[in-house]
Amino acid sequence: MSTLTNSSSGTGILGWLKALADRFTGAELAQTGKQLLLPMVGILIFLGFWHLAAPQVNTSLGTFPGPVQVWEQSGQLWQEHADQRERADKFVTMQEARNARILADNPDADVRIRGYLGAPTFLDQVVTSLVTVMAGFLLATAIAVPLGIVLGLNHYLQAAVNPLIQIFKPVSPLAWLPLVTMVVSATYVSDDPMFEKSFLTSMITVTLCSLWPTLINTGVGVAAVNPDLLNVSRVLQLSFWTHVRKVVLPSSVPMIFTGLRVSLGIAGWC
Amino acid sequence: MTKSHLELTGVEMAFDTPKGSFVALDNINLKIKKGEFVSLIGHSGCGKSTVLSIVAGLLQATKGGCILDGHEINSPGPERAVVFQNHALMPWLTVYENVELAVQQVFRKSMTKQERQNWVHHNLELVNMAHAANKRPGEISGGMAQRVGIARALAMKPSVLLMDEPFGALDALTRAHLQDSLMDIQQDLKNTVIMITHDVDEAVLLSDRIIMMTNGPAAAVGEDLYIDLERPRNRVTLADDPTYVHYRQEVLKFLYEKQRKLESITPRRNNQATDASMKKDTALKAKV
Ligand SMILES: Nc1ncnc2c1ncn2[C@@H]1O[C@H](COP(=O)(O)OP(=O)(O)OP(=O)(O)O)[C@@H](O)[C@H]1O
Ligand SMILES: [Mg+2]
Repeated sequence: MSTLTNSSSGTGILGWLKALADRFTGAELAQTGKQLLLPMVGILIFLGFWHLAAPQVNTSLGTFPGPVQVWEQSGQLWQEHADQRERADKFVTMQEARNARILADNPDADVRIRGYLGAPTFLDQVVTSLVTVMAGFLLATAIAVPLGIVLGLNHYLQAAVNPLIQIFKPVSPLAWLPLVTMVVSATYVSDDPMFEKSFLTSMITVTLCSLWPTLINTGVGVAAVNPDLLNVSRVLQLSFWTHVRKVVLPSSVPMIFTGLRVSLGIAGWC
Repeated sequence: MTKSHLELTGVEMAFDTPKGSFVALDNINLKIKKGEFVSLIGHSGCGKSTVLSIVAGLLQATKGGCILDGHEINSPGPERAVVFQNHALMPWLTVYENVELAVQQVFRKSMTKQERQNWVHHNLELVNMAHAANKRPGEISGGMAQRVGIARALAMKPSVLLMDEPFGALDALTRAHLQDSLMDIQQDLKNTVIMITHDVDEAVLLSDRIIMMTNGPAAAVGEDLYIDLERPRNRVTLADDPTYVHYRQEVLKFLYEKQRKLESITPRRNNQATDASMKKDTALKAKV
């Protein structure tokens, strides 16, 4: 926007219009178009195709939903969520009012507020699962990157651990879940738990599934550092940490990020 | 001054390969004086890089050893700085930061921050690269990157400077230019240098001494030629100096007559053809 205001100085509204027009010509337009217009066009074409194709797909369960129906439904889901929230708020205010009355009668009374126990709405569940996925992914990253670096630096360790990675990598979340549930319920016993057990179980399952691509890619990236650079590091007698920070990490960052992208995909799919 | 500065005694290097042990070097003996500029020349694959790596401490000789100023070499260290063929600069650091990394590491205790900064700049100026201090290796030419590699090595104040075909990847003009710069720098600093080269002219022009290696496997020192030419040397006037031409001839004879590579690329080519192409090669080089 600064370009618009800058060029408008002096000539007033005309200059402003001219600057606006400039935006839609030549190189400027090409730039704006690439960044904004083309994705929009893509989305619009997709929506159009969807709208036209959906009624053609007739199954025993009814026709395939088109964009309009989906939009309406999502509005409904939102409405449901809003209603539920309102009820929950009312429930709490009601209790507060009641507690205030009790306290007025007897100041020593033990009062508490119970949470609203209605079923979580669709939106609540989406948020919960997003939080779970992100937490699981972050934990996976925190484990996989350092471990990958250690494996990439040590050929012997790499050779020893590689078969294990190959075995665990394809294990499905459905297979992890019962095992994780068992371990979590056996070990995570606390009167006032910081996390719910179900959250912990799902999060750890996500971690176990999404760990591997980051681990493998980090290992490969670290092992593939240009041997000349490793020799430079040896000639300079860099300490282990300086070596990791100044040579190993910067050169394997692209590989680590590729791994992270794949991991995030898997975490979301879990 | 009778005690040698750098001494290789009975160095043997055998590599473990899937097909058994491969003896690359056999009984290399070499004594190098302080401030000497030594070139290693020999056919591809004879073991020049292996010798250099052993002196650098990057490889450990399987027999014999290497002594620098009375200490045995068994690990790499900044007092034996290496200039690699392909500059080996960290691509994510700027030119300045690349040299700084080395200076930081070597003079962390002995220089103040300000002194270190000045020292980095001084070395970049030495190779005429101060103007590109804030560029990354990807943004400068190969010749410029090689200069920075040399600056980084010089900045370590090494007692021996090791160079593995430092100009091998450069075009002829850039190479000549860098050779001249190196001679100028060497005139002032008087470093002990071991340089690997494939280029006969480069060897004769720059060196005090040329070590010619026999063909591998089990390569050894074939001939040891002292180049007694006045410094500073000028490539143009030397081109038809009889002593210079004689030294060149010596090296060429060693490489192409005494140690001729027996296996040629095309198996049907006979010796006459190789001879002819060699003469052509000599003629071409003489013109340059
Ligand atoms: N790590 C290794 N394992 C097995 N053999 C090796 C190893 N390093 C080098 N060699 C062998 O040792 C010999 C010498 O290699 P080196 O790299 O020292 O040759 P060079 O003279 O530097 O060749 P060039 O001029 O082509 O660089 C070669 O035959 C090579 O195949
Ligand atoms: Mg080599």
